[in-house]
Amino acid sequence: MATRAIDSRDTVPAVTADGRRRWFRGQAFWLVAPALLLLVICLGLPLAIVTLRSFSEPQWGWQNYAWFFGTPVNLTVLQRTFAISAWVTLVCLIAGYPYAYVMTAVGPRMRLVLILCVLVPFWVSGVVRTLAWVILLQDSGVINSAIRAVGLSPVKLIRTQTGVVIGMAQVLLPFMILPLYSVMKTIDLRLMQAARSLGASPARAFAQVYLPLSLPGVYAGAIIVFILALGFYITPALLGGPRSTMLSTLIQNQVLSLLNWGRGGAMGVVLLIATFVLLALAAPLSRQPHKTGSRR
Amino acid sequence: MASPSTRGAAIDLKSVSKHYGSFIALDKVSLRIEPGEFMTLLGPSGSGKTTTLNVIAGFTEVSSGSLDVGGKSVIGVPAHKRNIGVVFQHYALFPHMTVSRNVAYPLTLRGIANPDRAARVRKALDMVRMADFGHRFPSELSGGQQQRVALARAIVFDPPLLLMDEPLGALDKKLREWLQLEIKRIHRELGTTFVYVTHDQEEALVLSDRIAVFNQGRIEQIGTGRQLYDEPETLFVGKFVGDSTILRGAASTSGNETAIDVAGWKVAAAKRLADGAKPVMLLRPEKLSLARRGKGGQDRNTLPGRIGEAIYLGSGSKYEVVLADTSKAIVRSTLEAETFAIGDEVDLVFAGSDVKLLADDENADFTLT
Repeated sequence: MATRAIDSRDTVPAVTADGRRRWFRGQAFWLVAPALLLLVICLGLPLAIVTLRSFSEPQWGWQNYAWFFGTPVNLTVLQRTFAISAWVTLVCLIAGYPYAYVMTAVGPRMRLVLILCVLVPFWVSGVVRTLAWVILLQDSGVINSAIRAVGLSPVKLIRTQTGVVIGMAQVLLPFMILPLYSVMKTIDLRLMQAARSLGASPARAFAQVYLPLSLPGVYAGAIIVFILALGFYITPALLGGPRSTMLSTLIQNQVLSLLNWGRGGAMGVVLLIATFVLLALAAPLSRQPHKTGSRR
Repeated sequence: MASPSTRGAAIDLKSVSKHYGSFIALDKVSLRIEPGEFMTLLGPSGSGKTTTLNVIAGFTEVSSGSLDVGGKSVIGVPAHKRNIGVVFQHYALFPHMTVSRNVAYPLTLRGIANPDRAARVRKALDMVRMADFGHRFPSELSGGQQQRVALARAIVFDPPLLLMDEPLGALDKKLREWLQLEIKRIHRELGTTFVYVTHDQEEALVLSDRIAVFNQGRIEQIGTGRQLYDEPETLFVGKFVGDSTILRGAASTSGNETAIDVAGWKVAAAKRLADGAKPVMLLRPEKLSLARRGKGGQDRNTLPGRIGEAIYLGSGSKYEVVLADTSKAIVRSTLEAETFAIGDEVDLVFAGSDVKLLADDENADFTLT
């Protein structure tokens, strides 16, 4: 980042930079205003209300937070939410990394097909996709029928944590593949040839050249998938059982079934803060000093 | 570093072919490069010169033929086990490593630890005059500086052979000329065998001990720059290396003399080709002279023409003369010679002994990219 600053000082004269800043203060504000307004009304305001009610209902004070941290099941579910999200992120990374790499290596037509395969699930409703997983994963479903057919004992998939992770990973995979692909396509594959000429075996060339250069994409994809997974509701609700409940299900239960906005709000705030803390911890990792390659 | 005589590896390509489906990238190429030699592979794009380099580096497997480096066959040996330095046109420095770490990388791979490693990195950076840039990242360097670092990285592990694929292609002319001299100096100091790929014939003449001229997957001629310029064996070599004037027309031979009729004007040379070949005449610009129309003299070959372009070069002038058959002749004259203006009617004069008589070849045309 330090060199970025030097670069921009070199290429953009100070006067122009000042001019840009002045222009930004004047005109550009109106360009971002609609989006900003939408954010404030649809996200900022409800969030503020939820936070307020977590302190004000049924009376002013910390009672909802005391309840949350005083109830063991809540902490178990919070911990499980993070664990499932971590598993989903890992599965997405393992499945998405080679996929994104292949996207950079194939010809333009094949690449289009691969991109379509990633995007098609986006055009199908999440509920439908999850119900499809129910059919696949259930005890008498396609997967277990196949396992039985080859003479193995069936596996319990539906209403287990494994089932939830499989379903969520499938839904979230595009959010891993797309950032990975956007970083990988900027990596000059001729660097691998250079590494080989210098004496690196293909495995070492990958580990020491390709992998480090692809890390910004890994961090970006992992953070997006992890955060989206933390707030997942439909998939764990349909594919999970009582032992794989995630925090969103508890929140829904408090707010919609018990009409306890105070406790539900407190849970939401805890999840939000925990996410922020994790992001802050991950931020130094994603700082890549030199992203600019020798690719022209 | 060891003494120059023991450092370079000999390279022996014998009848090497490379096919991509029905496309023949290399067609039975044979080439021997002596230890410590500076060999340039020269040719237009798609002529097979880069394929040859990739075959030697191990990036491309041959379809047939044999390849020895340092007396041992390297067919089937993967690139990372060949111990050959490669410099690429696009530098190919690792953007996430500093200059020092880039140069240290091949040493790290070979298990060479500090302080030996650091000393060798410093020495290599010294050699390319980049010693003060070790802590920088490639993105903070200019193109010329990046290429010098890439050169240091390719020589730091003392490979017996260094391959360079148009290393100066992305740089501007002044920088290119200066780096050519630097590369020549480094070659002299190291004694390593250098194989250099370029499409720039001037660059080839500046750098090389010998030049192999490639065309359409074959080697047309191998020789020193002077041999290629003075004694081209094919029309392609004559046209590709240096400026040339080609005279075409109906040919007739009598005894040992060949005459060509250029739009009604006969020129002759006391030479002849083997039977069956259609002869054309090739003349170098400094072998041609110009005279006002009708003052060319009778003892030598004379062709009428009109000055189409006159270029002042400082050390002399260069003229493009449009001949009667609309072909163009290129003439270089010294400062003392008479000067002409565009549109002047002139006689093109040359001696039959300066004519190179070559077989016509419709594959002799090339495009530079």
